[in-house]
Amino acid sequence: MTTVTMTVNGKSVTANVDPRTLLAQFVRENLRLTGTHVGCDTSQCGACVVHVDGRAVKSCTVLAVSCDGASVTTIEGLANGAELHPMQAAFREHHGLQCGFCTPGMIMSAVDIVNRKGHDLDEHTIREELEGNICRCTGYHNIVKAVEAGAKAMGGTVAAGIAAE
Amino acid sequence: MTATGIGAPVRRREDFRFITGQGRYTDDIERPGQTYAYFLRSPHAHAAIRSIDAAAARATPGVLAVLTGDDLAADGVGGLICGWMIHSKDGTPMKAGAHPALAQGKVRYVGDHVAVVVAETLAIAKDAAEKIVVDYQVLAPVVDMNAAVKKGAPVIHDVAPDNVVYDWHLGDKAAADAAFAKAKHVTKIDLVNNRLVPNPMETRAAIGEYDGGSESFTLYTTSQNPHVARLVLSAFIGIAPEHKLRVIAPDVGGGFGSKIFIYAEETVCVWAAKKVGRPVKWTSDRTEAFLSDAHGRDHITHAELALDDKGRMLGLRVKTKANLGAYLSTFSSCVPTYLYAPLLSGQYDIPAIYCEVEGVYTNTAPVDAYRGAGRPEATFVVERIVEVAAREIGQDPAAFRKKNFIRKFPHQTPVIMAYDTGDYAASLDKALELIDYKNIGRRKRESARKGKMRGIGFSAYIEACGIAPSAAVGSLGAGVGLWESAEVRVNPVGTVEVLTGSHSHGQGHETTFAQLVCDRLGIPIDQVSIVHGDTDKVQFGMGTYGSRSGAVGMSAIAKALDKVIAKGKKVAAYALEASEADIEFKDGRFGVAGTDKSLAFGEVALQAYIAHKFSGQDLEPGLKEGAFYDPTNFTFPSGVHVCEVEIDPDTGVTRVDRWVAVDDFGVIINPMIVEGQVHGGIAQGVGQALLEGAHYDASGQLVTASYMDYCMPRADDLPSFKVDHTTTPCPSNPLGIKGCGEAGAIAAPPAVINAITDALGHEDVTMPATPQVVWRAARKAAFRTAAE
Repeated sequence: MTTVTMTVNGKSVTANVDPRTLLAQFVRENLRLTGTHVGCDTSQCGACVVHVDGRAVKSCTVLAVSCDGASVTTIEGLANGAELHPMQAAFREHHGLQCGFCTPGMIMSAVDIVNRKGHDLDEHTIREELEGNICRCTGYHNIVKAVEAGAKAMGGTVAAGIAAE
Repeated sequence: MTATGIGAPVRRREDFRFITGQGRYTDDIERPGQTYAYFLRSPHAHAAIRSIDAAAARATPGVLAVLTGDDLAADGVGGLICGWMIHSKDGTPMKAGAHPALAQGKVRYVGDHVAVVVAETLAIAKDAAEKIVVDYQVLAPVVDMNAAVKKGAPVIHDVAPDNVVYDWHLGDKAAADAAFAKAKHVTKIDLVNNRLVPNPMETRAAIGEYDGGSESFTLYTTSQNPHVARLVLSAFIGIAPEHKLRVIAPDVGGGFGSKIFIYAEETVCVWAAKKVGRPVKWTSDRTEAFLSDAHGRDHITHAELALDDKGRMLGLRVKTKANLGAYLSTFSSCVPTYLYAPLLSGQYDIPAIYCEVEGVYTNTAPVDAYRGAGRPEATFVVERIVEVAAREIGQDPAAFRKKNFIRKFPHQTPVIMAYDTGDYAASLDKALELIDYKNIGRRKRESARKGKMRGIGFSAYIEACGIAPSAAVGSLGAGVGLWESAEVRVNPVGTVEVLTGSHSHGQGHETTFAQLVCDRLGIPIDQVSIVHGDTDKVQFGMGTYGSRSGAVGMSAIAKALDKVIAKGKKVAAYALEASEADIEFKDGRFGVAGTDKSLAFGEVALQAYIAHKFSGQDLEPGLKEGAFYDPTNFTFPSGVHVCEVEIDPDTGVTRVDRWVAVDDFGVIINPMIVEGQVHGGIAQGVGQALLEGAHYDASGQLVTASYMDYCMPRADDLPSFKVDHTTTPCPSNPLGIKGCGEAGAIAAPPAVINAITDALGHEDVTMPATPQVVWRAARKAAFRTAAE
């Protein structure tokens, strides 16, 4: 067993883990933050996307011990208390989800896209950038609309979002 | 229309928990003392099991049990079932081979279940499974359907020595042959409907639990129909009587048919929980899902269409081989028969139709319903042969379709179905306008100038859904009735809980069902809860598949709401000291006609519970009503989808440039949700046409068993869609709903292939039309053009 310490959603956590524990397992099983989902085990589907030190990573392919000392944000840490993150609100407003399983990873990726590409995103950019997230329900039509609207809404808050991580 | 009533694009009430990571899927649930199951699966497509040595695995620290098919047999646990009896042409029943949850003596596909290890952790279970020594006698496998039915092919089940499950037919052969005899033109086509893996993003999972004190079991599982799961597990597999088995299907991350069925893994988890005395959890990884979820489609078809000298359809003959895999899954037998052949009339007036279907065993995963189930396969046949016929006789494909559309309703087809209503020309006209059909020539020339090939493809589909009248499906061999149930519980303060037998796994029932309640009772939507997915809460239900939750599930709710209002009138009559006949219910108030005396719905609810104004002899206290609704007919959603593609002949890459969908779903409860269903269905259909294909090699290894090998549609594979509708209300249910869940997946594949073949100028394109397939086909087109 190995000791790992990291900050998850603003709280410091320390645990003894089997060295082979993946970050996705760590947040789901050790921390019981089950909003992060595992959809494929091969870092293809993106349901497991979290932010590590402000960058989107697929947590099913990252060892928990490699995140020692890191700051991790999961879907549970995105809203500011009762106030939804603009990207969360945009997914609801634009019906960007159906079964909800891919949604946490989709939203975490979308926030990362805005952090990297700015808040004025065209459809082509959004579709290319979502290449690492699979949704089986929506046909992506409304996800694209949600990301575009969420990006615009983040316009005023994007700097604050990065700072919070 | 009110802001939350029928027809309003109400934002989904279930979304908050999903966007904040608070959804509760089966794998999110952790039970006290939970253990973990890992299934040892067959690496061989076909093998006899000589022996299993599990001693070393059992001795591994942390292992609680290693169980095999012998243990199942010793405990008298029955096999998995197929719940729809199909009879062959000669009247003999289908040949269903035994389907034990853990193999007994033989394995029949790669991924077949050999043993289960239950341990303290999943890692221990996996490590221990590697220590199990199975002595296999490898047998020759047969993967290809045509090879499976040849004389001397390996026999998969002794009950079916020729690997034929059934040799079934529908329609009037003599009438069809007579139509062909007088035909002026006959179009012939050979088609392969590619094998698919449904791939909901949440893989299957189960937690079995046993409580010794009450001698009762609980199963948490990823099911589209928990009551049917309980029924099968108790009545057929025999694990526990129904009143001692609770099945909970919490949030379920998509189904698309694959979570209808009762599989080996959940069966074993329930059974093993009692054996180890602790909860047993299993969660499929993605490769296990590819190996063991029921697959979809997989047909080989020859079809012929007879036309008269004016291009009118006279008859259709169809001969199909359907791959059913190594075992008959829960509803597999009905998919290529009664969910397929009755749809072969499409939207067309075809006087004679005859269809033959051979169901075939192969050493592959079981094949069962996948979004559309039989209807996409039928639509692919009809819409491909219609397109090819129009091209052969030199008629515009849209005009040719229109000429042959059914125009008078009700219309009895030669293959069972009585279409109740529709306006197919209205959908086509609207689609032609939205796609700007009149300028397609110009767009083709513009593409050609860039060195690209542009094509347009139509799909005028019909589906039979809202399944279905119980007596009708019973006469066709179904083992169950296909009604739906609902219970409306009104609390003393006037809030309402609706318990439904439908199950939501992405469809948004918590929103749409509540809209119906708001509409009927006139109460705010936040005073309504929709309860589903737990057999201890909902008395019974048939679940969600076949686009039936609106047409059947909501009709049951409507019926129960009518009873609530009727009872409310009785209560209000006492409370308002008026005659019951004078009580009117409008806008959420019970009033006395012609007066200003009235009570709000909540006030009447309170009166019903305090029961001060009436005697218990005259009226029962309380306000709770239930209903079972059995439909009077299938529903017949229809529509026209048009796809425009642009092909790069140098790379073979097909880009879907435009998509128009004009659907007739009858009355629409929530247009936002309906459009979302259409988008998702189209994406799956485009996936089938361009990207997806489950492929077994000759030895029976599934070589497309991860997302690195099986190409799922991604955001940059698809365009945005233009979705519109026309409306003819469904006459066979009280709400006028036809259903929308499967339409896109049914309509899309032929639209795409018709567009590609239009661009290339020949018909030799198979699904999935990958860049390699299209590049080869484009070269052929280029040579042909050069030769001309």
